[in-house]
Amino acid sequence: MTAADAFGSPSGPGPHQPAAGRGGAGLLDLRPAPAAATRARMFAAQTRLELILTLRRGESVLLTMIIPIGLLAFFTAVDVLPSGTEKSVDFLVPGVLALAVMSTAFTGQAIATGFERSYGVLKRLGATPLPRSILLAGKTAAVLAVEVIQLVLLVAVGFALGWDPAGGAGAVPSVLALLVLGTAAFSGLGLLMAGTLRAEATLAAANGVYLLLLLIGGVVFPLSKLPGWLRAIAEVLPTAALSDGLRDVLADGSGPGVRNLVVLAVWAVVTLGLAARTFRWE
Amino acid sequence: MAEILAISVTGLVKTYSTRSVPSRSGAARAEGSRGPGRRGRRGSAAPSLRPAPFTEVSTTPATFAAPAGRGTPSDSRIRAVDNLSLSVPVGSVTALLGPNGAGKTTTVEICEGFRRADAGEVRILGLDPIGDAVALRPRVGVMLQAGGMYPGARAGEMLRLVAAHHRHPLDPAALLDRLGLTDSAGTPFRRLSGGQQQRLSLAMAVVGRPELVFLDEPTAGLDVAGRRTTWELIEELRTAGVTVVLTTHAMDEAERLADQVIIINRGRVVAVGSPAELTRGGAEGQLRFRAPTGLELGKLLLALPEGTTAHEGPVGHYLVQGTVDPQLLAAVTAWCAGNGVLAEDLRVEQRTLEDVFVELTGSELVS
Repeated sequence: MTAADAFGSPSGPGPHQPAAGRGGAGLLDLRPAPAAATRARMFAAQTRLELILTLRRGESVLLTMIIPIGLLAFFTAVDVLPSGTEKSVDFLVPGVLALAVMSTAFTGQAIATGFERSYGVLKRLGATPLPRSILLAGKTAAVLAVEVIQLVLLVAVGFALGWDPAGGAGAVPSVLALLVLGTAAFSGLGLLMAGTLRAEATLAAANGVYLLLLLIGGVVFPLSKLPGWLRAIAEVLPTAALSDGLRDVLADGSGPGVRNLVVLAVWAVVTLGLAARTFRWE
Repeated sequence: MAEILAISVTGLVKTYSTRSVPSRSGAARAEGSRGPGRRGRRGSAAPSLRPAPFTEVSTTPATFAAPAGRGTPSDSRIRAVDNLSLSVPVGSVTALLGPNGAGKTTTVEICEGFRRADAGEVRILGLDPIGDAVALRPRVGVMLQAGGMYPGARAGEMLRLVAAHHRHPLDPAALLDRLGLTDSAGTPFRRLSGGQQQRLSLAMAVVGRPELVFLDEPTAGLDVAGRRTTWELIEELRTAGVTVVLTTHAMDEAERLADQVIIINRGRVVAVGSPAELTRGGAEGQLRFRAPTGLELGKLLLALPEGTTAHEGPVGHYLVQGTVDPQLLAAVTAWCAGNGVLAEDLRVEQRTLEDVFVELTGSELVS
């Protein structure tokens, strides 16, 4: 006889009844009724809370919403950018979209996950029936949801500022492919950092890398303004690949560029693979 | 029906490098030269980093100096758990009692599947805590000593999240109400008081209606009312057939709640039994009374069972030592009555669990 059998009969019909405690204190039915929820329910609950927590954090809203929109509005208005014949806003929207993806998938996710690890959240959730794959899927879904909000806001602000994207409806698949690959690459980088560094180190490094990639990622001014050696480095970094690819599609009406897709894909595979191998849950 | 074991642990061994003793890592070791500092940080997470089994199996004696050349004493290993065996019957409340650093939390975390033992066999509900983790997680509730919450999540959100991981959870609102947390349900975790955080953590351990719960210091830092609420919930869990394993520093907690007390010291079990068995066993009871000085104790002893002793300590203060049972008590009072002596202030003194603990571990408890 196993311990599980011992619980079958004496606890009676308990396992298949919902908790009976609605009436208030003292009526909790504590009899064992252990079973994992469905994966769909766990995924929904996890995604929902991750999303709520992200949108509740002031610094995260600043990072993912206010800074990208602010940069777009500011540089469009002051028109300091020597972007030749094209309108500033046409140059800026693709770059700021890349920045938005980076801020959510990389910076925000790295910092939040790093602190969750140091606070023991990941350890604690590991003791519930929640599989790690669903924990990560929930995080990814929350990141994608924030990106949808960013996309809607930035596109709306862009149109309000006179943005005139090229390519029409045919550009949508290319843009989606770039955004998904970019999200994967930045998530991998963020989780790699969060899973190996201390939370405070992750906080510093994620902000530092964010600033660096903002400056040399082709977000607010073109890579052609960089010195040759720096440009060579920048071109293989994910931010430049994403902003460049989006600009090829949305400003020039061409394809996303094979090199950009390859750079993003390589970053995604390498960082996600390394993160999976090195991630520490506590 | 044979007793069914919820937990069976045999010959458990867990060693840590002194650099990586859990929850004692951090600032203290960050000092020193750059090299060791870096290694220290990396080392501090090594136990969880290396999932490979038995990487830390040690066939060497309890502690050993590291090989010469690297032979700083800090490279030696600490046996947090040293050949520890215990068993927990289904439906019981078991208290693991021990001083700080005795190995309680390490033992519990191995049972929870958070850490891998270096050697020994652990069966939780008949299963392996790591290999069968997927099957065990719905059945086992866990309360960590601290942390484990999204700092920005509200108490109610956190409990509902864990409830959503289970198919037949308790109603989170009713559970919060029961633990006196209804008014805090909308408060972010980081703004809860220590006692509220503890009770929320307890709620998260039981919300999934587990068969077995591990409570690591469930009442540390709670006020009197919080302790009572927690104790009542634990007693109800037992009534409902849930097996409870808790660690504690608090004697009164162990004495009140536990069917079985396991005293752990230096990574070993030093005593096991019900609180009554532990306080009765070993040294025997004492009977004290006051009476006029100069009683003829030799005659008293004739009326008492073999092996009983009697002394007059300070003038008029008598001490009878032996197996203190109702018969002994009756014999003493009858003898006094027969001799026209009024025994005043008669009292039976038993050892408390605290006395037992101090004898066994040589350390005072800090509660």
